[in-house]
Amino acid sequence: MKRTGSPGKTHSGAKRLVNPSSANYQVKRSDRRTSPTVSEMTSLSLAEARDGLKKKSFSAAELATAHQTAIEKARALNAFVLETPERAAEMAKASDGRIAQGKAGPLEGIPLAVKDMFCTEGVRSTACSHILDNFVPTYESTVSAQLWRDGAVLLGKTNCDEFAMGSSNETSYFGPVHSPWRRKGSNTPLTPGGSSGGSAAAVAARLCLGATGTDTGGSIRQPAAFTGTVGMKPTYGRCSRWGIVAFASSLDQAGPFARTVRDAAILMRSMAGPDPKDTTCADLPVPDYEAAVGKSVKGLRIGIPKEYRLDGMPAEIEKIWEQGRNWLKAAGAELVDVSLPHTKYALPAYYIVAPAEASSNLARYDGVRYGLRVPGREIIDMYEKTRSDGFGTEVRRRVMIGTYVLSAGYYDAYYLRAQKVRTLIKKDFEDCFKAGVHAMLTPATPSAAFGLGEKGGADPVEMYLNDVFTVTVNMAGLPGIAVPAGLDAQELPLGLQLIGRPFDEETLFSLATVVEQAAGQFTPQPWW
Amino acid sequence: MAVDAETVRRIAHLARIAVADDEVEHLGGELNAMLAFVEQLSEVNVEGVEPMTSVTPMTMKKRADAVTDGGIAEDIVRNAPLSEDNYFVVPKVVE
Repeated sequence: MKRTGSPGKTHSGAKRLVNPSSANYQVKRSDRRTSPTVSEMTSLSLAEARDGLKKKSFSAAELATAHQTAIEKARALNAFVLETPERAAEMAKASDGRIAQGKAGPLEGIPLAVKDMFCTEGVRSTACSHILDNFVPTYESTVSAQLWRDGAVLLGKTNCDEFAMGSSNETSYFGPVHSPWRRKGSNTPLTPGGSSGGSAAAVAARLCLGATGTDTGGSIRQPAAFTGTVGMKPTYGRCSRWGIVAFASSLDQAGPFARTVRDAAILMRSMAGPDPKDTTCADLPVPDYEAAVGKSVKGLRIGIPKEYRLDGMPAEIEKIWEQGRNWLKAAGAELVDVSLPHTKYALPAYYIVAPAEASSNLARYDGVRYGLRVPGREIIDMYEKTRSDGFGTEVRRRVMIGTYVLSAGYYDAYYLRAQKVRTLIKKDFEDCFKAGVHAMLTPATPSAAFGLGEKGGADPVEMYLNDVFTVTVNMAGLPGIAVPAGLDAQELPLGLQLIGRPFDEETLFSLATVVEQAAGQFTPQPWW
Repeated sequence: MAVDAETVRRIAHLARIAVADDEVEHLGGELNAMLAFVEQLSEVNVEGVEPMTSVTPMTMKKRADAVTDGGIAEDIVRNAPLSEDNYFVVPKVVE
């Protein structure tokens, strides 16, 4: 696998990746004089770290400490809202014990970050909202529990937009995340994207080997594209939603962030799977996703949807898309022009369905059972003051619009109509898949990362347009992956999106590998 | 279907969110911007189209009607702003 971008535009600020099979790590444990350095360990891919741990080239404790050191140095990014060094040390020690006993799990000793939307037992979980900023769950989300079951180590909880409502991480109660990327020759702070901005930034800045995210309208794929990382939103029902703070239940899915396609595939295998506690979680066996990485894509039919060519789209986005088409073609895939006629209605339908579901889900924050309480004259006054203080402006706006579209007299005109449009959006994809299309290739975002404070100040819709290419996938319940494809003229990452058939994440991993091998990897130059 | 000040207050009350008088106009403007954006859905022909109820083709799982959890009252109230003897405490609701 190529390790850097094309010559002349490498952004490998960190040291070149150290391959555990290289001389550095082949020294026998007895004659090793010093442990590998922090940057050597944080530069490893998840797969390389897994192999290094297996060979006992370094310990899980050393690996966790190296990442903690990196996290401490990177506090300027504001990627973490809670660091858990004691928990990490404890878990890494247990991992080293299991490795010594030959009982290592598939993620044994791998240090990960978890988006603050996931409830973690005994570890504060806030959804980056003031209304939950003292909430310490007494239970563990299914997805994170499966990561720990497989031996992973928790480094901390990552920053995100409040209740995952946002595309820039600016709605977080804990303040925005600063992207590890900057425009060439500029100090302007950029967004890492959102809502999973902290997870994306932490992976890109090499503060962890992988991270979890949640994606309701693009919240994994857009930040992955903005930070040059790989991010997958699995098929609706592939990962359990149990223990994840609910935003819009018919759209929410958990998924991984990683620096390579292989690493994302490794994480997916642990995160996915049936769960009796989530009735919408599919009872399907979990394939070995890693086996799909690098598999031939010869003969696969790739749809190129014409509706994704937007007026006023930057030429660089069109160029990277064309580049992607050429790479897949060269790898033996067959390109076919397809039409998804209801694409333009996905975003407006989303902004009815998602707020409607959010207004219902967020009704639970009442100042009674958990979270913030602001005293009031009587109980209604207490509810209203608590929710007014506890929710930020974007959350309040969405809860109110959701309440409006569900209210008597408006339900049919808005909510019911949006659900019918959603049926049509899904049918567009189904028709293409029935005609023999295996997957589709689109740009991941309509632009590269923008500056903090640059968008959505006057009109909230300006920010919503960021998700124009990703939101269709949530509306249709399909799997999608964002994979880095290049840098723009300002040397910011751009990503491509691959959209698959339901429960066919494997084909996406195979196709994404083609893009990754052609494009290389992109690493920000540390400024923090 | 423009949202006026009275509607903003009514929606805020339905959503149980206190809104100050000086916020009403601004909120109304934002809600109207969102409604204007979703207005384009009215041009879609949805005649005879079933509204989506499940995005994946699966019947909802049902579990056995059995008690599988319980006896954790202390855990349940652990994050409550105010509790007493494992009860949630709220302001007086009946006189």
